[in-house]
Amino acid sequence: MNLTLKVWRQKDANDPGRMVTYEARDISPDMSFLEMLDVVNEELTLKGEDPIAFDSDCREGICGMCGCVINGQAHGPNHGATVCQLHMRKFKDGDTIAIEPWRARAFPVIKDLVVNRSALDQIVQAGGYISVSTGSAPEANSTPVPKEVADTALDAAACIGCGACVAACPNASAMLFMSAKVMHLGVLPQGQPERYDRVSEMVQAHDALGFGSCTNIGECSAVCPAEIPMDVIAFMNRDLVKSRAGKQMKRA
Amino acid sequence: MPADVMLDSKLPTGPIETRWDERRFSLKLVNPTNKRKYKVIIVGSGLAGGAAAASLGELGYNVECFAYQDSPRRAHSIAAQGGINAAKNYRNDGDSIFRLFYDTVKGGDFRARESNVYRLAQVSVEIIDQCVAQGVPFAREYGGLLDTRSFGGAQVSRTFYARGQTGQQLLLGAYQALERQIRAGTVKMFSRTEMLDLVLVDGRARGIVVRDLITGEIRTHMADAVVLGTGGYGNVFYLSTNAMGSNATAIWRAHKRGALFANPCFTQIHPTCIPVSGSHQSKLTLMSESLRNDGRVWVPKKIGDNRPPDQIPEDDRDYFLERKYPSFGNLVPRDVASRNAKEVCDQGRGVGPGGRGVYLDFADSIARLGEDVIRQRYGNLFDMYENITDDNPYKMPMRIYPAVHYTMGGLWVDYNLMSTIPGMFVIGEANFSDHGANRLGASALMQGLADGYFVLPSTIGDFLANAGPDPMTPDVPEARATEAEVRDNVKKLLSIRGDRTVDSLHRELGQTMWDYCGMARNDAGLRKALDRIPELRQEFWSSINVPGEEGGLNQSLERAGRVADFMELAELMCIDALHRTESCGGHFREESQTPEGEAQRDDENFSYVAAWQYSGNCSEPVLHKEPLTFEYVHPTQRSYK
Repeated sequence: MNLTLKVWRQKDANDPGRMVTYEARDISPDMSFLEMLDVVNEELTLKGEDPIAFDSDCREGICGMCGCVINGQAHGPNHGATVCQLHMRKFKDGDTIAIEPWRARAFPVIKDLVVNRSALDQIVQAGGYISVSTGSAPEANSTPVPKEVADTALDAAACIGCGACVAACPNASAMLFMSAKVMHLGVLPQGQPERYDRVSEMVQAHDALGFGSCTNIGECSAVCPAEIPMDVIAFMNRDLVKSRAGKQMKRA
Repeated sequence: MPADVMLDSKLPTGPIETRWDERRFSLKLVNPTNKRKYKVIIVGSGLAGGAAAASLGELGYNVECFAYQDSPRRAHSIAAQGGINAAKNYRNDGDSIFRLFYDTVKGGDFRARESNVYRLAQVSVEIIDQCVAQGVPFAREYGGLLDTRSFGGAQVSRTFYARGQTGQQLLLGAYQALERQIRAGTVKMFSRTEMLDLVLVDGRARGIVVRDLITGEIRTHMADAVVLGTGGYGNVFYLSTNAMGSNATAIWRAHKRGALFANPCFTQIHPTCIPVSGSHQSKLTLMSESLRNDGRVWVPKKIGDNRPPDQIPEDDRDYFLERKYPSFGNLVPRDVASRNAKEVCDQGRGVGPGGRGVYLDFADSIARLGEDVIRQRYGNLFDMYENITDDNPYKMPMRIYPAVHYTMGGLWVDYNLMSTIPGMFVIGEANFSDHGANRLGASALMQGLADGYFVLPSTIGDFLANAGPDPMTPDVPEARATEAEVRDNVKKLLSIRGDRTVDSLHRELGQTMWDYCGMARNDAGLRKALDRIPELRQEFWSSINVPGEEGGLNQSLERAGRVADFMELAELMCIDALHRTESCGGHFREESQTPEGEAQRDDENFSYVAAWQYSGNCSEPVLHKEPLTFEYVHPTQRSYK
C-alpha cells in the first residue's frame, strides 16, 4: 500500500516546527506503524536527508518509550495498545496520516516526535514509592493481601508511563498517571503508613511541574494502552481529601 | 599486547551452605560516615543496575546512574513475562535452596560455578521479601498468601508472578526505590546518556566517557568504582526479542580496555516467538512458554504440504516433540524444543510464509477444557498474537519459531562480581556468572535482583574500603585521552557518508550470525562466518551513511556506534563457538551429539569457563581458562526422553 504522511518536524526545542509531507510506498499491511516509519527513514537516509526522530524501545507495548499522536489520537486508532502494536492493516491504501508528538507544556519537544517526559519521573520522586530499604523487609507471607486487593493494585500498577494520558487531555493533566500510582500503593497494606502524605506530595509536585488540572473528561483513560480506568482518579481524590482533613485535624 | 592477566575467581571454600556468609564476614566494611566520600558510577537502570543504584544510595554512597532511555523505568527487564524463581517452599512440595541450586547447575549443563549458583539460590528468598515490601503486586491465593506456579519444566512450584507482567512489576519496584534515592540526593540520574568508553587510571576503572543524547555533548564522569548493568548482547543477531536499543557497547568497550569476556557463544534461543513476516521486521515478539502447557507442536508429515492446517488430517501430521520425547513431550527444555523446530524446517516441513515456522495447536485443549478456560489462561497472549499476525488462534493453530532471547555469556567476573579490571563490577545479564550454558525460565529476574540488591552492595564495599576514597577530576591525562578517542570515533562515523544504511549492514551481520552461530553450529559454517564478518566490518567502515551532526539528538549516530561494536563482538562469538567443539546447553555443535541427536558434552576437555582477552586485534583474542569443579552436583547427561 502507498500512503501520504504529514509529519511534525522540529529540529530542537527552540525551532518553531512544521508539518512536512512524505510519501510512504510499498508498505506491507503486516508492518507495525513504527516499522513503516523505519522504511521511510531508510529512504530519507539514502537520500542524505535527516530521518524522522521518534522514540521506541521494546516494541512489545510494555516499556512505554514509544508514542505519538496519529490523526489526532494518542497512539492511533488501536484501542488499548501503544503505537508499536499498531499495524498498517488498520489503514487503507491511499490514506493520508498526520503524525505529531505528545503536546503538553510539561513535555517539551526535543526533536520531531521525541519529547522530554522527565516530569513523570519527578512525580514519582515526590512520593510514588514505599520507603523500604534493601534488607529491611519482613518475611513475604507475614502480611496477607486479599486476592481482590492484589488484583486491584496490579490493575493500577499496569501503567506503562508513556504519557498518552497527558497528550490526550485537553488540560494536559497527568492525573491518570499519578492516580494509578497512588491507587497501586494506596490499596496495599504495605503502602498504608505513607498513604496520605504520598498523595498530597505527589499532587503538589504534579501541579508545580506544569501539568493541568483534571476536569473528569476521560480522554486519558480512553487512549490508555494499559486501559487504566478513571476509578483511579476518584480513589486519589478521596485520599487527597482525607489527607487535607487529616492535616487540619492535626493542626486543631 | 596488554599485560597478561591472572584469573583469580576468589571462590570461597568450606561447606557450600556457609560460603556466602563467611565471605560477607571476611569482606572489609566501609565506615557508615565515610560512605558518602565514595563515588560509584552505575551504567544501566534495569533490574540489576536500578536495584544496585537504589541499594548503594540507601547505604549512603554517592551514586551516579546512567541510562540511554528517557527514564530508568524503560529498561528491557520490563518485558519479562513469566516470573521469578525463589526457594521459599511455600507449596510444601519438596523445594529447598539446595534443589534450586541443583536444578540451576544441571539446567546450565554444568558450565556454571557451584558457589555462585548456591548463593543465588540462597538470596532468592530475600528477593521476594524485599519486592513484596516494596508493593510489588504478586499473584495471591484467596487466603491472601503468595501464589506460585511451576515454570519451564520445573517439578516444583517456585515461580512467583504478577500475571504476564512480572518483569514490569519488579522493575517498577526497583525504579521506585531508585526514585526515592534520587529525591534523597544520594543518587544522581542521567537519563538519555550513553556510556561510550571506560576510563582507566593506573590500570583501575576510574570513570566513563558518555554522550548526552539530547545535546550531543561528550564528557567524562569519574568515580571510585564503575558498575556495568547494561544487559545482554542478543541484538548482535539484528532480530531478537531484545529492545531496539539494547546493545553491547558498554561491555565491549570495557572488554577492549582489558576486561575478559566469558563464554560469548552461549546464547539462548526461545522456542515460542512469532515468526518473521518479512524483510521489514525490526524485532521478534516472544510469547510466554507457558503456552506449551496446553498447545501441541506439529508440522505436516510430507514436505511441501501446503494445505491450510485445518485441512490436514491427523494421520498427515507429525507431532514431533511428542514422538521423540514421549515423557516430556511438548514441555522439553527451551534448547531442545528450538533445535527440533529448526530441524523440521530444515527438512522443508516448516509452515507459513518463508517456511520458518511450526504449528502450536490448541484445538485439543479447547475441545477438552472449553474456549473459556483457554481464554482465562492465555487470553492476553492470544490477543497479542492476533494483533500481530491477523490470525485467530482460537480457530487456527498459532505459528511459532525460535528467536534469540538471552545471552548467558558476558564479562568475566569473580565471586565478588568484579571483572578483571580492578574497580569495575558487572551485574545482571551483562556478566557471565550464574546460568552456565543455558538459563532456566524465571531465573533472569532472580539473578538481576540478586546481584543488584544483595551481592554487589556487600562486595563493592570491600574494594572501596581497601582502595580508600580518592576523588579525581576528568582533567587527568588518561581521561582526556579516552575522551579524545571517543570524539574521533564519532567524527569518523559521521564522515563516511557512503551509500549503505547502518540497519542494512546490521541486518546482514544478523543473518550471518543466525545462519552460522545460531541454534546449531558446525566447523564449516563458523569458518564461513569468520570469513564474512571482517568483510562486513570493512564494508561498514567504508560505506555507511550516518546523516546529521555530532551535536543534538542523532539516532542514526547512536545506532551506528552500537552496530560498529556488534561487528567486532560477533567475531569473538564465532571464535568461541568454533573453539568449543563440544555441545552444551544452548551451544549445539552438530559434530558433538549423542546417537539420538542430543547435545553431547565433553567434560574431559571443556569443563571450563572460556575467558577471552582482547589482544589489540579482534580476530586474535587470547583464551584463558577457568576450570570448573563440581563437588555437590555431579555432571550427568541431560535426558528428556
